[in-house]
Amino acid sequence: MISTQGSVIKVSGPLVVARGLVGARMYEMVRVGEARLFGEIIEIRDDDYSIQVYEETEGIGPGQPVWRTGEPLSVELGPGLIRSIYDGVQRPLDALQRDFGDYVVRGAERPALDRDRQWSFAPAVRVGDEVVAGDVLGTVQESKLVLHKIMVPPGIVGKVVKIGALIGNVDTEVAVLEAPKGNVSITMVQRWPVRQSRPVARKLMPTLPLVTGQRVIDMFFPMAQGGTACVPGPFGSGKTVVQHQLAKWADARIIVYVGCGERGNEMTDVLMEFPHLKDPSSGEALMERTVLVANTSNMPVAAREASVFTGIAIAEYFRDMGYSVALMADSTSRWAEAMREISGRLEEMPGEEGYPAYLGSRIASFYERAGNVICLGSDQRPASVSIIGAVSPPGGDLSEPVVQATLRVVKVYWGLDDKLAFARHFPAVNWLTSYSLYQEIVDASADSQVAKDWSEIRTRAMTLLQQEAELEELVRLVGVDSLAADDRLLMHAARMIREDFLHQNAFDDRDTYTSLGKQYNLLSLILHYYDYARTALQGGASLDGLTKLAVLDEVARAKLIPEEARDQFDYLKERITGDIRALLPHT
Amino acid sequence: MAAIAREYRTVRQITGPLMLVEGVEGVTYGELADIKRADGDIRRGRVLEVNGDKALVQVFEGTSGLAPQDVKIKFLGKGLEIGVSQDMLGRVFDGFGHPIDDGPSIIPEKYLNVNGDPMNPYARDYPNEFIQTGISTIDLLNTLVRGQKLPLFSGSGLPHSRLAAQIARQATVLKTGEKFAVVFAAMGITFEESEFFVADFRRTGAIERSVLFINLADGPPIERLSLPRTALTTAEFLAFEKNMHVLVILTDMTNYCEALREISAARREVPGRRGYPGYLYTDLSTLYERAGRIKGRTGSITQIPVLTMPEDDKTHPVPDLTGYITEGQIIIHRGLHAQGIYPPVDVLPSLSRLKDKGIGEGKTREDHADVMNQLYSAYARGKEAKELAVVLGESALSEEDVLFVKFSDAFESRFVRQGEDENRTIEESLRIGWELLGMLPKGELKRVRDVFVERYYPKP
Repeated sequence: MISTQGSVIKVSGPLVVARGLVGARMYEMVRVGEARLFGEIIEIRDDDYSIQVYEETEGIGPGQPVWRTGEPLSVELGPGLIRSIYDGVQRPLDALQRDFGDYVVRGAERPALDRDRQWSFAPAVRVGDEVVAGDVLGTVQESKLVLHKIMVPPGIVGKVVKIGALIGNVDTEVAVLEAPKGNVSITMVQRWPVRQSRPVARKLMPTLPLVTGQRVIDMFFPMAQGGTACVPGPFGSGKTVVQHQLAKWADARIIVYVGCGERGNEMTDVLMEFPHLKDPSSGEALMERTVLVANTSNMPVAAREASVFTGIAIAEYFRDMGYSVALMADSTSRWAEAMREISGRLEEMPGEEGYPAYLGSRIASFYERAGNVICLGSDQRPASVSIIGAVSPPGGDLSEPVVQATLRVVKVYWGLDDKLAFARHFPAVNWLTSYSLYQEIVDASADSQVAKDWSEIRTRAMTLLQQEAELEELVRLVGVDSLAADDRLLMHAARMIREDFLHQNAFDDRDTYTSLGKQYNLLSLILHYYDYARTALQGGASLDGLTKLAVLDEVARAKLIPEEARDQFDYLKERITGDIRALLPHT
Repeated sequence: MAAIAREYRTVRQITGPLMLVEGVEGVTYGELADIKRADGDIRRGRVLEVNGDKALVQVFEGTSGLAPQDVKIKFLGKGLEIGVSQDMLGRVFDGFGHPIDDGPSIIPEKYLNVNGDPMNPYARDYPNEFIQTGISTIDLLNTLVRGQKLPLFSGSGLPHSRLAAQIARQATVLKTGEKFAVVFAAMGITFEESEFFVADFRRTGAIERSVLFINLADGPPIERLSLPRTALTTAEFLAFEKNMHVLVILTDMTNYCEALREISAARREVPGRRGYPGYLYTDLSTLYERAGRIKGRTGSITQIPVLTMPEDDKTHPVPDLTGYITEGQIIIHRGLHAQGIYPPVDVLPSLSRLKDKGIGEGKTREDHADVMNQLYSAYARGKEAKELAVVLGESALSEEDVLFVKFSDAFESRFVRQGEDENRTIEESLRIGWELLGMLPKGELKRVRDVFVERYYPKP
């Protein structure tokens, strides 16, 4: 801590103005008042330093001291991140509860990484090796699912002069590098300023799908590793459930979940559920790959503003090890509101709806930290950070500034619809308005990996859904009876796609996750029925008979067919063929 | 850190409820102040902003009758606090915790800052224990659980007050031997409404286990802002220090938000939607998020905020932001009210997000979830058929449709409708539910597992 000390001259809610902080820079952290509250410098005018304070400022007044720390808002990165739950400025909530009680009290402070925990370090280089920034010096088995790589921090090049296997806490020196400017001691922990993105060797276009096990997403609006997506929707449309589902089932190696200005009980739900849920690929508990950042709505608003950056800095750190990381932010609207509140206190000129004029560029700079990359380091490892942000537009109005600013940068849009939610169709992703710009990437991968007609059946199914929407308009005007038989069959098939494929129950053990292979089986089963029924209809079979086939009840339950019993789909296909043939008039 | 209490006579400006004092020293943000007029009139205020030697003070009782030259202001060196005690049960208070029922003053067991600290998400325990309100549409279809916040969305002229009072007096937890209390926070309500509540609580004896906080419509708006905080601080004391299960009813949140807008406008803040301040969401969340349970403690705080939607518009900022924070909503329906159905709960758009964790075997009854889903879907189907009949005529309905229309009418008149003093147990609600399901053939009960149909389907 630098000894320069200033003093408070003004307090207005979370905004404090101090004077006398000689040499302090923008976004430097300070401690305010005798209570030593966390704060960050966000404006400098002459000798007046505006500070946003991350904690309730009651009891702070002019004359009280302010200390510089000489460092911007930073996160501690090292073994111990996994399974942690942090607040918006990376204070460990479990340690705060243990030491300070059930409420988050002001000025409470504990190191983000537990110093009492011992880690076993296994070196990956030898004395005499030349290393550059990003090179892996050694590894620590952090959890059952995560091998934590201790890397040369950005900006350092040198020769290893000391390294060895050891056991110790994160502060233990694990290596010494001989660098141009003298020896550098490396421990298991790095610090990094959250508002700055961590460097990479280069950025690439996304090429791999991020499989989520959610049928409407994987099949129709897929996400790519290193991509960006947003989930806007009014309250009650199931944003949080979608985010939780992605956090549970997305095939990323690391999940960072940022609960930003949302409900406390939802974070409790995650905390209680994740240790008991099993990762579909490894069978280990999902918590073994998860980091939580929880700044609930009632926690200080300035820390909420920081929480998103804290989350992304942690995500980038794991990316640098060569992992695919997915970050969920629920909800970016609350983050934007925090910016608006701080901006209002600074008396900045407001843009649309009182949001600061820089709203768009802040949102863009957050989503741009996603990406498919080649990491620093001589082994050129590929890795990615994907970002999925929920947006909560007031009144469900999508023309509002946060949604619009987000749509300008994200590539996938899952529009949640309250009418669908009201009809208990979940996930309530509207298939007519949503889109994904990663479709081709994912198609190319799925056509070669899953089934060669993956993209073909998807296009056909989507066409059916769109034709259904047009026919529905007609039905509303003239009634269903006036439709031709083939149109009524089409509507029946489209309904099967909606109810038997798109509808997915997040709370059913078997339905909550569907592999790509099974998604393909399920959708092609429905289309198989439609093809045969259409031919049979032309051949003289009755519409009533075709739409009331007994086997259709089994198709409706086909989503519950276990992954390991997928041969049942072939059996169902045969039954459909046979049953439809039986409906044809004998010639 | 509090400086010696000093008195100042340096008030320079008075605008709306705000007062600017100059030449102050050692004043801190959020500090309380006493404002004395020469004739002995004393008011309370709170520091909203300090800038060098200037302090902006918000006067709780309003500034009417104050003149800069004859006011003395004394800073008290502490924030807004309330003295709490278990003896508050059975009593009526104002928004600052002063008794207004002619009873003796309270001897506080301790003083607590009304703003409270945010509950550590790690310390929370998940709400999963059933609360019986005695109202079928809530207990069976939109189950309330301990630690939840479930608002009533209503409109002007609808009987939300009667429903809130009924819930307050009937609410109970099924386990015996647990202590239950009601904290009733009324903000900006009329004298008549206030009389209704107090009289109703006294008539039914519910007052014995209740603490009432009342701020009338003509009371100071600033008191309206402190009232829910005072009430929730009391609730936290009863819940987490006296091990009680506390139900907090906050009515009417729309009045609270209006007061917030009034103060914000007086401070010349940049307005957000419809003139409400940009921090309305944050402000509301600091109230609603005080509901919950804590691991290792017996008590709990459950909230039922009541709000009237202007023009019955769910997208108005107050219901909209509330819906984003609370765990579901109960919607009061004008059409049902017009048909004379009490309580006019519109079942279809109502939702309790936490219901699934609080029902079933060991909590309510094994068939609860199935009956809930079946009633919901059969009612939705009946309503749909009814709408169809309006467009295409009754003759267009199939036989099945007619059956479901009959079902939905019976559902409204027998299940939704109940007496104002009718306290139905969950068993009774389930019994009525099964009676109604008995109108439908067994084959139509697709959402109920066969074992439960066998066990509970009414025998002819």
